[in-house]
Amino acid sequence: MAHIVRPYGDTLDDGKVQLSFTLPVPHGLKAQEAARIMVLGWGFSDCEIVHSARISDNFTFFVAYAKTERGVDYDAVEADRNEEEKSMSMDEVNEFIRARIGRKVVVVGACTGFDAHTVGIDAIMNMKGYNHHYGLERYSMMEAHNLGAQVPNERLLEYAVKVNADAILVSQVVTQKDTHIHNLTNLIELLEAEGLRSKFICIVGGPRISNKLAVQLGYDAGFGRGTYADDVATFIVKKLAERMER
Amino acid sequence: MKEKLGLSKEKIAEARERAIAICAPVLDFIHEHTSVTVERATLRLLGADGADADGVPVPNLVVDSLRQNLSEGAALRYANALVVKGMTPQELNSAITAGLDISKIPLGDKTAARAKAGQLAQAYLDRIRNNRGHREKKLAEFAGKNNSPLLYLIVATGNIFEDVKQAQAAVLNGADVIAVIRTTAQSLLDYVPYGATTEGFGGTYATQENFRIMRQALDEVGEREKRYIYLTNYASGLCMPEIAAMGALERLDMMLNDSMYGILFRDINMYRTFVDQKFSRMINAYAGIIINTGEDNYLTTSDAYEKAYTVLASQFLNERFAYAAGLQAWQMGLGHAFEMDPSIPNGFLYEFAQAQMAREIFPEHPLKYMPPTKHMSGDIFKGIVMDNMFNFVSKATGQGIHLLGMLTEAIHTPFMMDRYLAVDTARYVMNNMASFGDDIEFKKDGIMVRHAHEVLDKTLEFLREVEKTGLMDAIEQGLFAEVKRPKDGGKGLEGLLAKSPEYFNPVESLLEEELGIL
Ligand code: B12
Repeated sequence: MAHIVRPYGDTLDDGKVQLSFTLPVPHGLKAQEAARIMVLGWGFSDCEIVHSARISDNFTFFVAYAKTERGVDYDAVEADRNEEEKSMSMDEVNEFIRARIGRKVVVVGACTGFDAHTVGIDAIMNMKGYNHHYGLERYSMMEAHNLGAQVPNERLLEYAVKVNADAILVSQVVTQKDTHIHNLTNLIELLEAEGLRSKFICIVGGPRISNKLAVQLGYDAGFGRGTYADDVATFIVKKLAERMER
Repeated sequence: MKEKLGLSKEKIAEARERAIAICAPVLDFIHEHTSVTVERATLRLLGADGADADGVPVPNLVVDSLRQNLSEGAALRYANALVVKGMTPQELNSAITAGLDISKIPLGDKTAARAKAGQLAQAYLDRIRNNRGHREKKLAEFAGKNNSPLLYLIVATGNIFEDVKQAQAAVLNGADVIAVIRTTAQSLLDYVPYGATTEGFGGTYATQENFRIMRQALDEVGEREKRYIYLTNYASGLCMPEIAAMGALERLDMMLNDSMYGILFRDINMYRTFVDQKFSRMINAYAGIIINTGEDNYLTTSDAYEKAYTVLASQFLNERFAYAAGLQAWQMGLGHAFEMDPSIPNGFLYEFAQAQMAREIFPEHPLKYMPPTKHMSGDIFKGIVMDNMFNFVSKATGQGIHLLGMLTEAIHTPFMMDRYLAVDTARYVMNNMASFGDDIEFKKDGIMVRHAHEVLDKTLEFLREVEKTGLMDAIEQGLFAEVKRPKDGGKGLEGLLAKSPEYFNPVESLLEEELGIL
C-alpha cells in the first residue's frame, strides 16, 4: 500500500509550505496579487503573501505560506545512496585491503579544470582529514596522491596512468553555468578516447554532486556534502575487490 | 575610538620592525626586476589599447614582439615607433593590430623617444589625478551620506549588463560599495580581455570597458541617491598592475590587491607576484584607491581560532609592502574575517576581541571585515543569524569596509533577494546598537582581553620565525595558510625579467617621484 506523506506544519497532512522569491515588478498591491496567483498556479490550494518588500524600482521580494494537497509515496522513493550500508572505519578498510586485495590501493585525486577549491579534496585526501576523520594519505594500505587544484583533466589522467592508479578522485565545487558538467564529461571522454575508462574506478565529489548525477555522467559514484574519507575508501575497496574477484 | 584592550605598544612597534626587516630583502629583489605585465601596464599608461582580430590586446602584442629587449623596458620602443612613424597612439595601435611589429622599427633618436614617452605618461597620470579629484569632490558633496561601516556588496552574474541591474538594485537597497567579482579563471590569464563581456563563470571579466559601463551606472544611481558609490575590482592574478592601470583610468575606488594572495591561493609564482604587486600598488596609491587585502582567505584553509595570528602577521606585512609602494594608511583596507567554527563556545567573544584588536593596532586604516563563509551551510536561516552576529561585531568595533554576508553563501553566488535581506538585516542591527561600541568597556583579564593579548604574542613569535627563515622560504615551507609554494614553482615565472642598466620606464619614475618613494 502506498504511504503518502505531505508537508507538516502543525497538523498531520496540513500541507503547509514556506516560500520566498522575487518578481521583476514594482512593489504594490498588484505585485502581491500577482505573486499569490502565481503560487496558486504552481498547484498550491491556498496561498497567503505574508510579506512583500521593495527591492528596487522594478523588483519585489515576497514571503508566502501555501498549502499543498500533493504528497509523495514514501515507500516508492529510492535514496541517492543506501544509508543502511555503513562505511568502514580506517582500520577496517586497511584490514579489508589486506584480506581481499593483498596490495596497496593507489588513488589519485585533484580538483580539476579552473576550480581552485582545495578544501574539499584535502578533507578527503590529506593526512589530517576532516572533522576527526583521517584522510586517505593516512591509510597504511593506500597510496594517495593529491594533485591539488586547477589541475587539467589531461594532467590528472597522465598522472593516474603513470602511478598505475586504481581510482581517480575528482572534486568539483564551482557549478555556475554547469562548468562542472562540462569538465566532468570531458574527463570521461578523454578516458574513453584512450580506452582507459574501465581501468579506473572514477569518483567525483563536491557540495553540489549527487550519486545520481555522477552515474549519469559516467562515473562509478558521486559524493556530496558531509562526505568523509571513510565513505569513499569503503566504496573504492569494495568495488575493487568485486572487480578483482570477478 | 577609545582603546579597550590594553595591548602593549612596545609589542606592536616590534611587530612593525619585524615586518620592515622581513620585507626588506624582498623589496630589494623587486627593485631590480620587471615583468611582462608591469611593462604592459606601463604601455597602457602611454596609450597602448585595443586588440587584434584574435582578441590579443595591443599591450600583449607589443610586449611579445619586444621579448628579446624587454629588460630595457617596453616604453622606449613604443615611443620610438610613435616618433619614427609620426603617429598618434591611436594610429599606432591600429597599425599594430593590423600586423605592424614595432621591434622591427630601427631605434631613432633615443632622447626624442624618451621625451615622447614622458609626455604621454604625464598626460595619463594627469587623467588619473583628475579622476581622483572628481571622487574627492563628490565625496565632499555627499559627505555624511554613506553608511559606517561602508556596506559592500558583490555582483557576479558573468554578464556586465545583468551586473548593472543587480548593482543598481543593491545601491537602492543601501549599498555603498559594489564589487564586480571576476570570472573563475581570469587571474590565470596573462592578458586582460578587451571590450564588454557577457559570459563568465562565477563572476564577470575585468575589462576596461566593463569598468567604464559599471562606473557610469553607479554614478547615475549615486546621483539619484545622493551617495558616492565606490566601485571595486580585483588587481590580482597575472595582470595585477594592468588592472590597476585600467581601474585608475576608469575611476575605480577600491581594488582587492594583496601582496601574497596570488602566491598562496592561485599558485602564481612568488617572485612574479612580489614584483607585480609593487607596481600595481604604486598606481593604486597615486589614484587614491583604497586597497583591500586578502587575509580572510587564510581562514578558509586554516582554522580561524588557532591561526588568528597568521592574519595579524600578514596584515603587518601587507601594511609594510603597501607603505613601500606609496600607499597611505587611509588607503589600506587590511583584511580579516569572522570565520570561526560556530560550535566553539564563546566564539563570538573571540571574534569581537580580534576585530577590536585589529582596530586598535591599525587605527587609521579602514579595515576590510569579511563575513562568515566557510561555516555557512544550506541552513539559510541559521546563516542569517551568523551573518548578523558578524554585523554586530563590525559596527561595535568600528570597522571601515563591511562585506555583507549572504544567507545563501554555501549555495550560489548571490540572488537579488539575498542581497536585499543582507542589507536590510544589517541596517536593522547596526542602527539598533549604533553606539554600543562607545558605551562598553572590556573586563580586565576577561576572556576577550586575554584572547587579544595572546594573539598579539603569537603574532610576534611568528614574525620572529619568519624573519629568521626569510619570507620566501617561509612561504615555501607552508607557514602561511598552510599552503606550500616552491620559489620557482607556480605560474608566470617565465614573465619575470631582471632590469638591465638601460631600463627605462617613465611611468615608474613619475610615480616614484610623485609618491616620494625613490
Ligand atoms: C573557501 C572558499 C573559497 C576559497 C578556496 C580556498 C581553497 N584553497 O580551497 C577561495 C577564496 C579561493 C574561493 C574562490 C572562489 N570561489 Co569559493 N568558496 C569557498 C567557500 C566559502 C567554502 C568552501 C569550502 O572550503 N568548504 C569546506 C569543504 C570541506 O566542503 P566541500 O568543498 O563541500 O567538500 C566536502 C564535500 O563536498 C565532499 N567533497 C568535495 N570534493 C570532493 C571530492 C571527492 C572525490 C569526494 C569523494 C568528496 C568531495 O567532501 C568534502 C568534505 O565533506 C564556499 C562557500 C561555502 N560555504 O561552501 C565558496 C564557494 C564554493 N565559492 C564560490 C565561488 C563562485 C568562487 C569563485 C569563482 C569566486 C570568484 N569569482 O573569484 C572563486 C573560484 C576561483 C576558482 N578558480 O575556483 C561559490 C560557488 C558557487 C557555485 N555553486 O558555483 C561558493 C558556493 C560561494 C558563493 N556562494 O558564491 N572560494
